[in-house]
Amino acid sequence: MIPISFFLLLSGVLFVLGVITFFVKKDLITMFMAIEVMLNASNLALVSFSRLSNSLDGQVIVFFIITVAAAEAAVGLAIILLIFKQRKTIKPEDLNLMKG
Amino acid sequence: MTEYFWLIPFFPVLSTFILAIFGRSLSKKYVSFQACFAVFISFIISLISFIGLLYSGSHGPLIKNLFSWIKVGSFEANFSLQLDRLSILMALVVTGVGFLIHVYSVGYMANDRDYTRYFTYLNLFVFAMLILVMASNLILMFVGWEGVGLCSYLLIGFWFEKHSAANAGKKAFIVNRIGDAGFLLGIFFIILNVGSVEFEAINKTLDAGTMSSAMITLIAILLFVGATGKSAQIPLYIWLPDAMEGPTPVSALIHAATMVTAGVYMVSRMNLLYVSSQTAALVVGLVGALTAVFAATMALTQNDIKRVLAYSTISQIGYMFMGCGVGAFSAGMFHLYTHAFFKSLLFLAAGSVMHSLSGELDMRKMGGLKKYLPLTYPTFLIGAIAIAGVPFLSGFFSKDAILTSAFGKGHYLIWSLGILGAVLTAFYMFRLIFLTFHGEERIDPKAKEHLHESPLVMTAPLIILAIFSVISGYVGIPVVFGEKLNLFESFLEPVIQIPHEIHLGLKMEWILILISVVVALTGIYIAFSFYIRNPKIPHRLVAKFPKVYTLISNKYYVDEIYNGLFVNPVVKGSELVYENFDLSVIDATVNKTGSTTNSIGKALSYIQTGLIKDYALVFFIGAVIFIGIIIL
Amino acid sequence: MSYFLFSLLTIFCVGSIVGMIISKNQAYNALLLVLSFASLGGIFGLLDAPFIAVVQIIIYAGAIMVLFIFVIMMINLKEPLPPERKRWTLYLSGILAIVLLLEFFLALKNTFNVSTLVEGERLSSPTELGRLLFTKYLWPFEITSILIIASLVGAIVLVKKKGK
Repeated sequence: MIPISFFLLLSGVLFVLGVITFFVKKDLITMFMAIEVMLNASNLALVSFSRLSNSLDGQVIVFFIITVAAAEAAVGLAIILLIFKQRKTIKPEDLNLMKG
Repeated sequence: MTEYFWLIPFFPVLSTFILAIFGRSLSKKYVSFQACFAVFISFIISLISFIGLLYSGSHGPLIKNLFSWIKVGSFEANFSLQLDRLSILMALVVTGVGFLIHVYSVGYMANDRDYTRYFTYLNLFVFAMLILVMASNLILMFVGWEGVGLCSYLLIGFWFEKHSAANAGKKAFIVNRIGDAGFLLGIFFIILNVGSVEFEAINKTLDAGTMSSAMITLIAILLFVGATGKSAQIPLYIWLPDAMEGPTPVSALIHAATMVTAGVYMVSRMNLLYVSSQTAALVVGLVGALTAVFAATMALTQNDIKRVLAYSTISQIGYMFMGCGVGAFSAGMFHLYTHAFFKSLLFLAAGSVMHSLSGELDMRKMGGLKKYLPLTYPTFLIGAIAIAGVPFLSGFFSKDAILTSAFGKGHYLIWSLGILGAVLTAFYMFRLIFLTFHGEERIDPKAKEHLHESPLVMTAPLIILAIFSVISGYVGIPVVFGEKLNLFESFLEPVIQIPHEIHLGLKMEWILILISVVVALTGIYIAFSFYIRNPKIPHRLVAKFPKVYTLISNKYYVDEIYNGLFVNPVVKGSELVYENFDLSVIDATVNKTGSTTNSIGKALSYIQTGLIKDYALVFFIGAVIFIGIIIL
Repeated sequence: MSYFLFSLLTIFCVGSIVGMIISKNQAYNALLLVLSFASLGGIFGLLDAPFIAVVQIIIYAGAIMVLFIFVIMMINLKEPLPPERKRWTLYLSGILAIVLLLEFFLALKNTFNVSTLVEGERLSSPTELGRLLFTKYLWPFEITSILIIASLVGAIVLVKKKGK
């Protein structure tokens, strides 16, 4: 009843919002959250397509994506903690050791 | 017996390769053996082919195509060798005299530290020369032509650490190259007009008379320019005296017997060409005659024993070209053949003298060597008598053949120049003999301690060459002694046309012979009175005509003139180009490219800010573009 | 009915993300994100994927966000961060984001009218999902488990105190 395109559009909007968040924010944690938003946008798109093609493959993939996102979040947050411990900052501009 | 003639160049080149690759690990004794043996086998094969050719009685050349080399459209030039009377004659001379000189070198170069390198080059030279004389087309002959030029450079500059030797090698090669430019142009014109470079094809075209006489003259003169370079005639003779910096056996082989005669061989091979153009033949004859006299005058004042012989060589080759120029190609070849024997004998004997005096070559520091060198002196003397044209030795027969032909064809100017040259030849040759072997001893005391006759390995070739200097003339007995006794001429007849028979009458011929003999003896007598009877006469003459003496002893300043006119402008021009173009343009371009790359790199490094947001931005840009492409 | 639900959930979802952009407090950002995930779970439900919806809420909103909040607590920034220098990259990214949005519009412009929703309820049951998981996607399943272990070990190693 609801055209699929709405869901896909929502997914696109969510993705773009995630991107904007990533570039606008100046603290690492929120930037990391924006990454999760982007992942979710793609999850939404996958589930919509799975509904469209009447197969469950899309949902299985989403299952995996969620799992991987969890793992990645764990490790990423650990790294952020370490950075904070070492440099007492979570502003990404201060992390420019790779310059040049 | 003639089927294997194409193997003649094979053994020297095989020897060259073996010596070049393995030479360092071979013993001196083996090197000497292999080098001499290779040339000896070539000589034997040449001999067998020669006998086979005599018996077969065939007149056309036997051509063996070894492999196809150049094939462009309808033009072909293959690596093909030909066996005919002219080429086998040259092959015999090259391998025969070459073998004797190889043996001599074993003794002469015994203490040299680059022994193996010497024989490598020497064998390579024999190979190149054989290719030159046995080629059946002009381009392969040119390959041999360049090859002998290269070997000449390598051997003249053999002791390359000596500046003068290195420069002499360079000079020889460069002057040769200038002549070769003319030669190449001649070849190109032939390709244009004949379509092929095979000698048979060229002769056929000339016979058919399809080429304009202007074209024929042009080609003949262009080819002759190459010959003046290779055979040291005016104006490109300047390299030969300097070439005496090389070892003496090299001077004997290359600059007396073989390489310098390549020009004469070429002219004789192309005899139909020169006969078809009066102008070209005249040019050849005149240049030869003038060179003969010009060089002989310069030989009068030289104090270096080898330089005298060098100028003598230039002069004698002038005689050979004289013969070819007047149409008597067989007379020119005859002189080439006898000259190979006595000139190489003279050079080798001079080397023996130098060897016994531990390297001295200034005649003013010699004298009275007659009693110390019992083998060298007689052989040297025989060579001198032969070249002077004293009757019953080979030089007499060949020189007489040339002069008689010149007179008989009406070229009186050329004949008189030849007679003048004969006087001078006899004079300077015996000046050399008297200064070196007779008179008071002016030898440096240190050298005198080691004064000794040369070893057998050096004197044996001298003896053999002396024998040949005497007997080799008897194959060309002139008509006065009987018809058809000139075996040489009849041998070469199938190859060399003898267009006009000379009918001079027996009396005239005898008179001419008498004049040559008188002239020769006069020269010897004048030398005798100048240097034995009254040694003060030369000094008085010099005092009376100081300017003339200075002019001649400085070789008419020709080298200086060439330097000023050609060499220095080229050198200065190159320096100019180097500074203004090479340094500032080419080097600048290369450096600029490097520094530009550097700056681009530096500029691009600003992209790496180290901030993740910027890197993510790059991803994002890429993603947007990619999606855009997919959607559109 | 579903339209109403859909629009409600959409508003919550997008609104919370926009709020996340505006707010400068990290704790607020985290909570807003939780709201967003929850509404997304609802949308999954609308798409006939109940299992995924529940998994989303449990894992994403439950586990991952809890992790986030722990870290925010540990970092415990007292003062708000000073305003960032507005660099040109900011504007470029803004423009590009709008471009991307336009691209998505373009991609979907032909499909707005068509009702592509398949009629007929077909609830995807966990049984079906499980079957698929253990046959076709067995290999990724096992590897993912290894992945989880690896990240677990990695995270622990990273924050371990030096010298025990």
